[in-house]
Amino acid sequence: MTQTKKKSRQPKTEAKSKELLVQKIQAGTVIDHITAGYALAVMQILGITGREGDIISIAMNVQSKRMEKKDIIKVEGREITTEEINRIALIAPNATINIIRDYKIHEKTRISVPDKIIGIVRCQNPSCITNNERGIRSNFQVVDRTPVTLRCDYCKRITGHDNIIEQLLGQY
Amino acid sequence: MSLSVKDLISIADLSTKEIMTILDQADEMEKIVRSEKPSKRLAGRILATLFYEPSTRTRLSFESAMARLGGSSISVADVGASSVAKGESLADTIRTVENYADIIVIRHPQEGSAQWASEVANVPIINAGDGAGRHPTQTLLDLSTIRRSQGRLDNLNIAMLGDLRFGRTVHSLSYAITRFTDRLYCIAPNGLELPAEIVGDLKEQGKEVIETTDLQAILPELDVLYVTRIQKERFPTPADYEKVRGIYQIDKTSLQDVKPTLDILHPLPRVDEIAPEVDATPYARYFTQMFHGVLIRMAILTLLLEAKQT
Ligand SMILES: [Zn+2]
Repeated sequence: MTQTKKKSRQPKTEAKSKELLVQKIQAGTVIDHITAGYALAVMQILGITGREGDIISIAMNVQSKRMEKKDIIKVEGREITTEEINRIALIAPNATINIIRDYKIHEKTRISVPDKIIGIVRCQNPSCITNNERGIRSNFQVVDRTPVTLRCDYCKRITGHDNIIEQLLGQY
Repeated sequence: MSLSVKDLISIADLSTKEIMTILDQADEMEKIVRSEKPSKRLAGRILATLFYEPSTRTRLSFESAMARLGGSSISVADVGASSVAKGESLADTIRTVENYADIIVIRHPQEGSAQWASEVANVPIINAGDGAGRHPTQTLLDLSTIRRSQGRLDNLNIAMLGDLRFGRTVHSLSYAITRFTDRLYCIAPNGLELPAEIVGDLKEQGKEVIETTDLQAILPELDVLYVTRIQKERFPTPADYEKVRGIYQIDKTSLQDVKPTLDILHPLPRVDEIAPEVDATPYARYFTQMFHGVLIRMAILTLLLEAKQT
């Protein structure tokens, strides 16, 4: 009894969520394939509070073909920049960015974590020259992409994923 | 002979061939030191030593090397405390000092400082310790001492003894020496073993790392014994320290069954890891190391400064 109920129910929910997710926006950005549970973190990195007045839809822990679960964010009226994409890459390395203009996908970018990260985060090592000298930018080699792990070009020490998230999100 | 790098920041930046080039150049330098005629090879060239931490031995070695080659040195003994650097960024100090000198030797407590200096400077930078354990001229002089004494660097049984955890010269040496040998013996008291990260790196490269606390058992196998200082502060109680100190002290008795060609090295200064009675044995190489230190620094100075001319 319960099983049949579940079975008959499932397509309905799926259809419903699909409808919600593909609902078109006129212009703006759709960020898809965000690591499940990190949509709010991505919002924070983008500085989106919801008080800007733009229409924002967030879906979290949605079933995905490519990943087990994913988060999705749609922001009407705002196109995110390359610099912002780089910041997102550090916490959601599998995300795709769809820039929407006139209800159509104008540009689709699959985030790829670059080989080098310059700036954006600090080296985790307090004795590193990059944390003690004015006018120097942090500079990292990406040594692992899932999750993103960085090796400082100066002190050669590792800055791990947890620390990266902490830095990008502060009190999050 | 020349190097592909304009600076000497880390051994990791050098190919094995370049390491050999430097060691060969150091051997050449001995002729200059032994000659009665003063060398003019780097006449008119100025070396600036910029030491933000005191290391008299290293600074003297560089100044001696420069003087042997006919060049001169300028230095600020304690840059950190002098007005030259008060509140000034390292980059600004480098940009100032490079106007006074053709090459700069820097020792600085912050990790990665020497690399940063090399990015800022137009003159070659030599790293004489940057807080991260990179001190390439020390490693090169260790290799040079071993090669000169043993006649080769490959197929040697080399053991490092003492504080392998905090003793930074052994970290750099363990990577460098295993470019030539397949095996490395590590003898350390509990808690002062070679960091797992380094052991992991070496094993990944297919090297055999033999970790033991039993010095006497492996001593007869060894060609080279590299001793480092065990500091009292590393132990929870003075009694723990005393216990370890006794076990790992090298004296004439402990050397009864060793190979006649054994070399004992030590980066110095020593406390009492090696008894003074060992100094007169044919195994003692730690003062020879200091001599090779000057030759290695002469080699580096010539290779970097002469490359710059062309
Ligand atoms: Zn660093």
